Amino acid sequence: MPPTKSPSRKKTAKKAAKKTAKKKVAGKAAKKKTSRSPSKKASKNGRSSKDSHKQADLFSGSPASDKKKSTSKKKVTSKKTPAKAKDSNITKADILATKQKDISVSEFFAKNRHLLGFDSPARALLTTVREAIDNSLDACEEAEITPEIYLEVTAISEDQHKILIRDNGPGIVKEQLPKIFGRLLYGSKFHARKQTRGQQGIGISAAGMYGTLTTGKPMRVISRISRRKPAIEVTLAIDMAKNQPVIKKEREVEVDWSHGTEVHIELEGTYKKGKHSIDAFLEQVSLANPHVELTYINPVDEEPIIWNRVTKHLPEPPLEILPHPHGVELGILMQMMKVTNSRTVSGFLCSEFCRVTPNVVKKVREETVALGKDVDTDRQPRRLSSADVKILHKAIENTKMMAPPTNCLSPIGEELMSKTLTRNFDPELVITVTRQPAVYRGNPFQVEAGIAYGGELPGDDLASIFRFANRVPLQYEQGACAITQSIVASPWRNYEVQQARGALPTGPLAVLVHIASVWVPFTSESKKAVAGDDEILQEMRLAIMEAGRKLATHLRKKRRLADAERKKDYIKKYIPQIGIALQDILDLSDQQRTGAESKLADVLERSRKM
Amino acid sequence: MAKKVTRAYLDKVRRDNARKDKKTISSIENAADEIYKKILKRGKPAMRFPVRSLSNVSYDKRKGYLEIGKARKERTLTVNTVKGFAQTLRMMGLSRDLVRSNDFATKRDVYYQSKNWEDAKFDEQTESDTVMDDIEALFSVDDVSREQLRFVPDEHGGAVAGDLVVLDPDIESGEVERIDCTRFGSGAYSIPTSVEHLSFETKAKFVLAIETGGVFQRLQSHKFWKSSNCILVNMAGVPTRSTRRFIRRLSEEAKIPVYAFVDCDPYGISNIYRTLKVGSGNAAHINRFFCVPNATYLGVTPQDIIDYELPTHPLKDVDIKRAKDALKNDPFFKSKKSWKSAIEQLLSMGVRAEQQALAMWGLNYVIEEYLPRKLKNPGKFLP
Repeated sequence: MPPTKSPSRKKTAKKAAKKTAKKKVAGKAAKKKTSRSPSKKASKNGRSSKDSHKQADLFSGSPASDKKKSTSKKKVTSKKTPAKAKDSNITKADILATKQKDISVSEFFAKNRHLLGFDSPARALLTTVREAIDNSLDACEEAEITPEIYLEVTAISEDQHKILIRDNGPGIVKEQLPKIFGRLLYGSKFHARKQTRGQQGIGISAAGMYGTLTTGKPMRVISRISRRKPAIEVTLAIDMAKNQPVIKKEREVEVDWSHGTEVHIELEGTYKKGKHSIDAFLEQVSLANPHVELTYINPVDEEPIIWNRVTKHLPEPPLEILPHPHGVELGILMQMMKVTNSRTVSGFLCSEFCRVTPNVVKKVREETVALGKDVDTDRQPRRLSSADVKILHKAIENTKMMAPPTNCLSPIGEELMSKTLTRNFDPELVITVTRQPAVYRGNPFQVEAGIAYGGELPGDDLASIFRFANRVPLQYEQGACAITQSIVASPWRNYEVQQARGALPTGPLAVLVHIASVWVPFTSESKKAVAGDDEILQEMRLAIMEAGRKLATHLRKKRRLADAERKKDYIKKYIPQIGIALQDILDLSDQQRTGAESKLADVLERSRKM
Repeated sequence: MAKKVTRAYLDKVRRDNARKDKKTISSIENAADEIYKKILKRGKPAMRFPVRSLSNVSYDKRKGYLEIGKARKERTLTVNTVKGFAQTLRMMGLSRDLVRSNDFATKRDVYYQSKNWEDAKFDEQTESDTVMDDIEALFSVDDVSREQLRFVPDEHGGAVAGDLVVLDPDIESGEVERIDCTRFGSGAYSIPTSVEHLSFETKAKFVLAIETGGVFQRLQSHKFWKSSNCILVNMAGVPTRSTRRFIRRLSEEAKIPVYAFVDCDPYGISNIYRTLKVGSGNAAHINRFFCVPNATYLGVTPQDIIDYELPTHPLKDVDIKRAKDALKNDPFFKSKKSWKSAIEQLLSMGVRAEQQALAMWGLNYVIEEYLPRKLKNPGKFLP
């Protein structure tokens, strides 16, 4: 189900994997790195395993504690036989080095599954589905096939479930199948400078491994690439020590579909309803992906849930762009300068960033002068001291340059959002707004908002919030998310919707907010909530407010009509009472009474219409 | 000063009552007729109410009570007011029926009566109370009081003891009940809700209106009224309308002054005494009937606290607020310099003293020393 990969892609993927690993260890790593230089040298050829090594040191509890134990032991021995220790001239680091060995990513994962979204049984199930759906959608979109996904979650026992997911994607060639599903960190999605769906977790292979770990059952994958070729079924597990797939069985099978991929995973996990459920996730997927046809069978309900697609057209594929200099962080800049092939700083800036021309570089250099140090832009990027890079970075910030291109984004669009909201909620009113693209810190982004009002939506509850970043549903940390904050900060009372101070609005409302960007700023690595940069909050609020104003117009009109109706009722109800009172006090005849009543009703009716 | 309830007097009371009832009915009928005629002309009927708020209240020294101003608000019959209009009219109809059947209804009675009015019924008593206040204000312009509309308060009146005979005639039969207020033993005569038909026989020199039951009890059981030749009235806090009306009629008919004896705190001064003397601020449209302009303030005064070295309590925040409000917003106090300085004195002392604080000098100090000494100089009482 993941996209087919060209050899060149593989490389970038690995590179990317390294990068992320490095990024994660960040500052903490720096100290430990220096103290452990021997081991670093030893594993220099190890590529990805080197990274995993570092991760293991930092993240996993056990290797670290082993290390401690060993040190204390050593101390004890050295006390007993001091002469020996002196003789051999062995340093502590040497002894430690013998204990330090490569730990594969898979092994690391096995011990740190919580880092990848498998920390609780309920989350494990959801994470597996999320990865599978992501893979399927990406595969279909890359092959320009309108996705059709079938998902079945079956209970084996209360805490063990079977997941079956099938897509109509291009399928995967036999040779690639084990690699894609049997290795971690193997893919094409990391670190492209474009709006991508992925980069969520470590991939479907992690889910398969989790399944094998918890149930002992290997993952089963069936894939077919063409009507003319038979479907191949592979049963595979991961050799965790080597990060290599182990094929248990491979055979041709009969299937009734012409192309696509089907994955079976058995895993430990519990099925739940609610905000963090698979059901809620799929609901959100269907909202942000109008082109997806989704059939879902959960272990509880008898009827399958089907979201029919509302368009046959795939979304415009987002374009890849070079990063804009204003968005680059100092650390990244240093990193880029280390690995670039450019011979000069000037060439580096021009070729690895958008909107940079030799003319712009000249201006940047002028800015460095203004900052007190003339940084020579004709030098080799690698040769620049970190102090110089710092000044260069500052100078770039100070230099005015063209905003990045914004045509690289792929919003859902007002019409399609409106269609999915209507399909999912059958509301009384749908309003959708897609803002013009904007830029924050050199990153183009675009915000969309949709409001569904009335219909079957519950009226006494807080509004349901649907958050998306690059079409990916955000299900956790709602309170910390800029989307929630911008909804709370919008003046709902002006739009005839109740809202308690500092809370979400109350009423029959579903509010959808989507941010599309080449680089969505998340609050943390786990990518659960969008960070609240001012420009982003502002755009979100503007989108919500634009939708809110339209909602207000509708609600006011509705209220006017209801008022008119109520007044009509009023007239019918109380005019006879006036008649009775007047008759009583003035001893009127019945005829006089009814005459007065009808005249009064007349007068009031007329005034009501005015 | 003795006065007999003669046939002529009874006739006069009857005529008076009949005249008042006729006026009440005609006021109601006129108001209804005006509305009816407007409807026939296809116009929008309206009612004009005096604005009931402090901004529309003034104090006229010559008249001696807080008076409602000229500001009127007009309520036009529109779709939004049609319910209130219907309810007001129905309540006017009820009032007319009550007058004609010589009956009365309390606020609660009216609320329950409205349950017969189908869609015009009240859901809560507060709603019916509001409409009643509206009607009262509406007809106060015609000098028709709430009692004349036959709406009587639920609250019971104060208690009376002393040299007074109340003549309470049964208007129908002409039989007169003579109530001798000296003959209640350790008890007292209770003021009825309607006092308009009463007349009085007394030789007393003044009326002493007392805030608390405790002091009233003491003066009554020691027959203070006998030794000082007065009538004791227990107001029991802020005097009810009928208590105010009773004292007013008594003091006017017998031509005797009224002395108020209350706690020395902002509540005793600005709520109890002020309401007794000039009426209440939020029911200013009826004050002309329910005030005792010839009342004066015997004590306890702020100066008394010093002169009699009374034990005190500190003023609470709410006391200070009330006192400042009286100085700033109350048209009565604003017009009396001596009151202004007395309240300012109290504020600067920062303390309050109760009537019963006099008991520090002996339980009967109030009878034997304080009151006699004070009563030697009624001219020095605060206005």
